[in-house]
Amino acid sequence: MSVKLRVNGQAHELEVDPETPLLWVLRDHLGLSGTKYGCGVAQCGACTVHVDGAPRRACVAPIGSLAGRQVTTIEGASGPHAEAVRATWEGLDVPQCGYCQAGQVMSAIALLERVPTPSDQDIDHAMSGNICRCATYVRIRRAIHSAAASIGGQAGQAEASEAEEER
Amino acid sequence: MPVTMQRRAFLAGLAAGGSFVLGLTLGADADAASPSLTKVRGGDATPSLFIGITAAGTIELTCHRSEMGQQIWNAIAQILAEELAADWDRIEIIQAEGHPRYGDQNTDGSRSVRNNFHRLRVAGAAMRLMLIRAAAKQWKVGAKGCRAELGEVIHDASGRRLGYGELAAGAAEQPIPSLKQSEAALVPRDQWRYIGAPVPSLTVPKIVRGQGTFGVDVRVPGMLYAVVARPPQVLGRLRSCDDAASKQIPGVVASVELPVLEPPVRFKPLGGVAIVARDTWAAIRGRAALELEWEPGENADYNSKAYAELLFEQVREPGEVRRKRGDVDAALAGAATRITAEYYVPHLAHSVMEPPAATARWSESGDAVECWAAVQSPQSARSAVAASCGLPEDKVTIHVTWLGGGFGRKAKPDFVVEAALVARAVGAPVKLMWTREDELQHGYYHTVSAQRLEGGLDQQGRCVAFLHRTVFPPIGSTFTAGASKPAWGELRLGASDTPFDVPNLQLESGEVPAKVRIGWLRSVANIYHAFAVQSFAAELAAAAGRDQKDYLLELIGPPRTIDPNTEGAEYDNYGSPMSDYPIDAGRLAHVVELAADMAGWGRTLPAGHGLGIAAHRSFVSYVATVIEVAVDDQGTLAIPGVWSVMDAGTVVNVNHAASQLEGGTLFGLSNALYGEITAKDGAIEQDNFPRWRVMRMPEAPRHMEVKIVASNAPPGGVGEPPTPPAAPALANAIFAATGQRIRRLPVFDTSRRDRLAVAGSRHEGDEG
Repeated sequence: MSVKLRVNGQAHELEVDPETPLLWVLRDHLGLSGTKYGCGVAQCGACTVHVDGAPRRACVAPIGSLAGRQVTTIEGASGPHAEAVRATWEGLDVPQCGYCQAGQVMSAIALLERVPTPSDQDIDHAMSGNICRCATYVRIRRAIHSAAASIGGQAGQAEASEAEEER
Repeated sequence: MPVTMQRRAFLAGLAAGGSFVLGLTLGADADAASPSLTKVRGGDATPSLFIGITAAGTIELTCHRSEMGQQIWNAIAQILAEELAADWDRIEIIQAEGHPRYGDQNTDGSRSVRNNFHRLRVAGAAMRLMLIRAAAKQWKVGAKGCRAELGEVIHDASGRRLGYGELAAGAAEQPIPSLKQSEAALVPRDQWRYIGAPVPSLTVPKIVRGQGTFGVDVRVPGMLYAVVARPPQVLGRLRSCDDAASKQIPGVVASVELPVLEPPVRFKPLGGVAIVARDTWAAIRGRAALELEWEPGENADYNSKAYAELLFEQVREPGEVRRKRGDVDAALAGAATRITAEYYVPHLAHSVMEPPAATARWSESGDAVECWAAVQSPQSARSAVAASCGLPEDKVTIHVTWLGGGFGRKAKPDFVVEAALVARAVGAPVKLMWTREDELQHGYYHTVSAQRLEGGLDQQGRCVAFLHRTVFPPIGSTFTAGASKPAWGELRLGASDTPFDVPNLQLESGEVPAKVRIGWLRSVANIYHAFAVQSFAAELAAAAGRDQKDYLLELIGPPRTIDPNTEGAEYDNYGSPMSDYPIDAGRLAHVVELAADMAGWGRTLPAGHGLGIAAHRSFVSYVATVIEVAVDDQGTLAIPGVWSVMDAGTVVNVNHAASQLEGGTLFGLSNALYGEITAKDGAIEQDNFPRWRVMRMPEAPRHMEVKIVASNAPPGGVGEPPTPPAAPALANAIFAATGQRIRRLPVFDTSRRDRLAVAGSRHEGDEG
C-alpha cells in the first residue's frame, strides 16, 4: 500500500507496510541516516524528529499515521532556533561520539521554539527522554541556555537567570 | 574546516577522488649511521603512513585510531599539523582501514595519544624537513635559510614562498631524514600552536547536521538487512527453528543459521539464526516470528543472586597473595582498631548508543570480503573475519566508520564476523544490526566482583595494615575456556598499584568461573577496585575520627614513586615505562588538593548534604573527584555538584580532555547509581531501557566543574581515568550526608528506584 508524506519539504510516495515505523522509512528507504536507532521503544530519543513542528520518536511512529504530515529531520532542520542550537553545539563542542546528538538537537530546537528562555527545570523536562551514554548533559544544558540567549539577546538571558534565582 | 570522510568515496573505491597524493616510499636512511623512522618510540613514523599532500595543497592526514567521541581525529591532526606547520583549514582526515602497517590500532586502553604522540611528531617533522629541502632545492638556496609556516615554505632573505601543494612532488623525491635529524627538528613546546590548544572539533559540525557515517549508516548498492536471534545462554545452541511464519512477512528474504559457538568464545558469533530482509523493520519482524527452541547448555545454572553468594564465600577465604609488603596478618592482629568491609559491583553493559553494526560485501569470486564497521580494533576484526570465514587476512578489508560510542564493546568484533558469514550465505551485501535488546542481552559484560578489605589502625588512628582481596571472573575466560584466575593485567587496574603509604599491605585474589562473556568496559577493573579501595579509605577515616580528605592524603603519603614489582606484583604500568610514567604519589596528592579546593572542601553544608572525595591513578593519569549529594527526609538523592581534576600530563586538546573528564565522571556515576546486569538461568534479564537504566538529563548534576592540570609530563590516558573515582566519591558523599555506607552497587537497584533507605540497612550483605 502506498503512503504519502513530506519529509524536509519534499513529497514522497512510498510502497511500504503502513505499520513500518517512520525511523526505518527515513533510514532504509529515503537514505536519511541522520535520524538514529537507539532502542526501538521510545525510551532513548535518538530518533527524535519533528512532525508538524512537534518532537516525535520516529521509532514508534507508524508511517501509516503520518499521511499528509510534515516531517523534519536533523538534515532538514532550519530556522533561527535550529541555527542557534547548531552554533552553540559547535561553539561548546557539545557532542562526543555524536550518535544521540541528532535527537538531542531536535529536542532542543523544539524546546526553544516553545519556550524561548527555558529554565533548568524546563530543560530537565524537555530533554529527559534523550539519553546520552557519553553523558554530555552538562554541556547540553549550557548550550541550550546559550542558544536561548543568542536568540533572545541579553534580555532573555537575564530573565532566565532571574527565574533560576527565584526557585 | 573541510574534513571529508573517505567513507563517501570508499564505497566507490578509494581512488575515485582522482587527486594526486604524495606517497612516500620507505626508502633507505639518508643517514645510515642513525636509526630509521621505522624504529621510533611508539613505532613506525614514516611520513607516508600518515601524511599525504595533494597538488592542490590539501593535507591528508591518516587517523589510524577509531573515532568514538574522544576526538582522536583532532588529537592526531593537531599533533601532525603542529610538526608539519600545516594550515589547519587545509587538513582532511582519512580514516585508516585495518592494516598492520599502521602498528597497533586497537583503540582502547586510553593510549592513542600516549603511544603515538612521539612517532606522529617525528613523522610531521620529517615531512616538514622534506618540504623545506624541496623548496631550497628549487630556489637553489640553503635549507637553513628556509622555514615552514601554515602550509608554506618561506625564504626570509628573498621573501619567496611556496605552498605545500606546489612542493609536494619535489618533497616526495627527497630522502627521508634520519631519526636524529627529525627529532632535532621537533617544534619546541613554547612554540606549539596546535598541541594543547582547544582547537574546535572536526566531527561536531557534521554531527549537528546529521552528516558523517556511523556503522549503522553504511549503504552499499543491493544491500540487504539482517538481525540475529541468538541463544539466550552463552554456549547454548539451536535445537529447532521454524521460519515458516517469518517468511510470510513481506520483505523477508532468507533465514541463515550461524555456526554453533565452541569455546573459547573469543570474538566468534554466539550462533543462532539470522533473518535477512529488504529493510531493518522487516528483519526485526521476521525475527520475532521465528519459532525457536534452544539447548541451554552449561551456563544455564547462572543466577546472579546465587553467584553473588559464591563471590562473597570466596572473598572470605584467604586467596593467592599477589602483592606483599610487611606482615599484614601480624599487623592486623596487633592493631588497636580493626575494620572490615565487603563490596560488590555487578555486571555492567556498555550500552553504546549505537548498537553494534557491520556491513559486509563479498567479491564476485567469493574469495574476499570487504566490511564496514564501527570497530575499535579493525585489525582484530580482520583476523576474526579471516578465521571464521577461512580466508587469509589479506582477503579481508575492514573500513572503519565513526563509532556511536565504544567503551570497549566495539573492540570485540563478533558482529563483523556475523555480517560476513550472513552476507556470504545469501550472496548479497548485508548490513547486520544489533537491536538494543541484542546489545544488552548478548554483550561482553563488565565482570561481577566481590572484594573484602581489612584495615588495622594504631592508637593514633594511623593505618598500619591494609589487606585487599578481590574475586571476579576474569576477562581471560573469554580467550581461554575455563580461565578463572585474575590476570596481572586486571590486578594492575587499581589493586596491585594501590599507592598507600602503609607499612603492611597485601593483595590477594580468588578464583570463580565465568558464566557469560566477560569483556572490558571503560576503565575496566579500575571501576570496582577504585570503588572498594577509595570507599575503604573513607571508612578508615571515619573509624579514626578523621576528615576523609586529610586521611586520604595521609594514606597516599609523602611525594615519592612506588613500584609494585618490588613487592611481588607483576606490574606493567599500562604498557608504559615506569621511568617515564612512575606511580607518583605527589601527583595523586596534588589532584586531591586541587579538587578539594575547587569544591570548597570543609565549607558549611545545608542539612542533608554531604561531600565525598575519591582519587585514583589509572592509565598513567591522575584524577580526583568531589561529589556533593543532597538527601531529603524521603531518601531522595540529588547531586547538586561535581568537581573533578585530572592530571594527564601533556594534553593535546584541553577542551576535549575536559569533555572526557565530564563525560567519564558521569559515566561512572550513571553506572554507580543505576547500572546492573543480572542473569537468570543463564539469560540476561535486562532487555532495554529503562530496565537497564542510565543517567538522564534531570539526574545529571546542575553544577559541574572540571580542571585539567597544566603539566609537562609525557601524555597519559584521558578517556578512561575520569571514570573510577566517581563511584567511591558518590558513596563517600552519601555516607557523609546520611551515615549510610553504600557497599553494594548500584545505589538504586531496579526495585528501589530513587529512594535511599533513610535509616537501617538497605541491602543484604552490607554488613562488613
